Amino acid sequence: MTTNALNPSLEAIWDTPPERRRLSPMLWVGGTLVGLVVLAAVISFFWTPYSPVLVDPPHRLLRPSGAHWLGTDALGRDVFSQMLVGARTTMFVGVIAVGVGAIVGAPLGIIAAMSGRFVSETILRFIDVLLAFPALLLAILFGAVWGASTLTAMLAIGIATAPAFARLVRAGALQVMSTEYVLAARVAGKRKAVIALRHVLPNVAGLMIVQASVSYGIAVLAESGLSYLGFGTPPPTPSWGRILQEAQTLLFVDPLLSLWPAAAIALAVLGFNLLGDGLRDRFDPQLDDRS
Amino acid sequence: MLIRVLTRTSILFGTIVAASIAMFALLAVLPGDPAQVALGVNATPEALAQTRAEFGTNRPLVTQYLSWFGNFLHGSFGRSYLTRADIGPQIADRLQVTLWLVSLGMVVAIVIAVPLGVIAAVRHQKMSGTLLAGTSQFGMAVPSFIAAILLVDIFAVQLRWVPSGGWTPPASDPGQFLRQVSLPVLSLGLVQAALLSRYIRSTTLNVLREDYIRTARAKGLTPGRAFLRHGMRNVAIPVVTVLGLQMSALLVDAIVIERVFVIPGLGGLLLDSVSNRDLLLVQGVVMVLVVAVLAINYIVDVLYLLIDPRLRIST
Repeated sequence: MTTNALNPSLEAIWDTPPERRRLSPMLWVGGTLVGLVVLAAVISFFWTPYSPVLVDPPHRLLRPSGAHWLGTDALGRDVFSQMLVGARTTMFVGVIAVGVGAIVGAPLGIIAAMSGRFVSETILRFIDVLLAFPALLLAILFGAVWGASTLTAMLAIGIATAPAFARLVRAGALQVMSTEYVLAARVAGKRKAVIALRHVLPNVAGLMIVQASVSYGIAVLAESGLSYLGFGTPPPTPSWGRILQEAQTLLFVDPLLSLWPAAAIALAVLGFNLLGDGLRDRFDPQLDDRS
Repeated sequence: MLIRVLTRTSILFGTIVAASIAMFALLAVLPGDPAQVALGVNATPEALAQTRAEFGTNRPLVTQYLSWFGNFLHGSFGRSYLTRADIGPQIADRLQVTLWLVSLGMVVAIVIAVPLGVIAAVRHQKMSGTLLAGTSQFGMAVPSFIAAILLVDIFAVQLRWVPSGGWTPPASDPGQFLRQVSLPVLSLGLVQAALLSRYIRSTTLNVLREDYIRTARAKGLTPGRAFLRHGMRNVAIPVVTVLGLQMSALLVDAIVIERVFVIPGLGGLLLDSVSNRDLLLVQGVVMVLVVAVLAINYIVDVLYLLIDPRLRIST
């Protein structure tokens, strides 16, 4: 905190003065929304009112009631059960996509910061190439080559998020590299890999947590868009994007059906965005623009 | 200054080449033989060999890439393996449609975001400012295709003010064009407006704290005039970067929005070509989108150098 105010480190959490340690409204709301998604996903493993894939034509397009809390869709499937299992898809895709982004991006950023000009420039140009392929475009390409699946969607979103991690981690790592303790470690003859793991990585971890939360929101957005286009999770596995796509064809018959998945996606993204902003403010008062 | 622009230009071309190689390599592992796809399963080996020679798919991959990229540099995308139609004009047709959506969407975003962002910044300690900032936070969380479906539900299904989809070229029937394009453009623009207004708000907040604004106020200018005369320009500089990023985002968003509103744009062409396994067409469309994204980033970087004199001397 004292040596580099722009670089939120994990220690920053413990160094935070008590008056800042109080949860901000952003963290509160964001944390609650994200918590609800996690809760829905966890519950879906143990209990859903009906099987989410149970087709029951006689009970199709029912309005919300005690038996079917959110009604049923065109095939008579229980919408509430589908939404619960859909939360699982959202969490799963997000975790893997952000994981891929961090695992690809963070080492690139650290290596770029610690290496000589040639390696560093090569990595930066490589990141430029990655930036030319937005998540949606990459996922459509992957889908074209390997057939659309949850895996191609996760990989594509992950690779598309990697540049953000790499750039951020590089900026953080450059600051860490200029500190006295890194200089001391280099004078002591520590190898670069040791410095990277012992000094650089722990110090950029805070940055990565913030970026992960922001990227998670982007991943949820991208996954829902892909599933909507038919390039994400294939049927019958429920996904909020595909539930929405199926509901949209019935917009003239039952507009309410579109509302549930639309609201779920928007609130989940809002949750991750708020959580990311809240964490950033908490770790890094310098960037606080609310004054 | 000139050297920096030239360096940036060479990076642009290097990146385009690298991105085209990456895409070509990715699509080269695509299963299936284009000649087989074109002729069907009953084709004789002789006919297949002849078609492969015609398409040039019997040559080594490197040769195929070089001839494809060479043609691309000359503005030719080749002929579709499936329909044998020239790809270039198809892409040009569809690109026009998408560009209408993207540019009108951008206009909507700017028209909404600039006043909202500035008002939210000026009133940041009042209820109204906080409310505006909160609304934009919520707007950012709504993907454009969800905004689109909600807008269709309200304005096309319930109120029946506008059609729920379709496309008429602006030249043939301007009235119908505006009616059909209003919802797609709104759904593209609203979401970007939320993002943009947040950015304008924080930039404006920073600018308002600057010494030169205080000096202008001390000279007797009203807060509004001080901001318009001295602040606006300084808000504009960082906002240009965000606008560029948003243009790229809109291009990608348009792929989904075109699907929602059944608009024959570039996104529809891409999705159709993927499901038809029309390899050259996929390559062509992806290449156009990739070059567009890279070109936008390039223009933003160069504009940045031109607008902000401080960047020209430093480093």
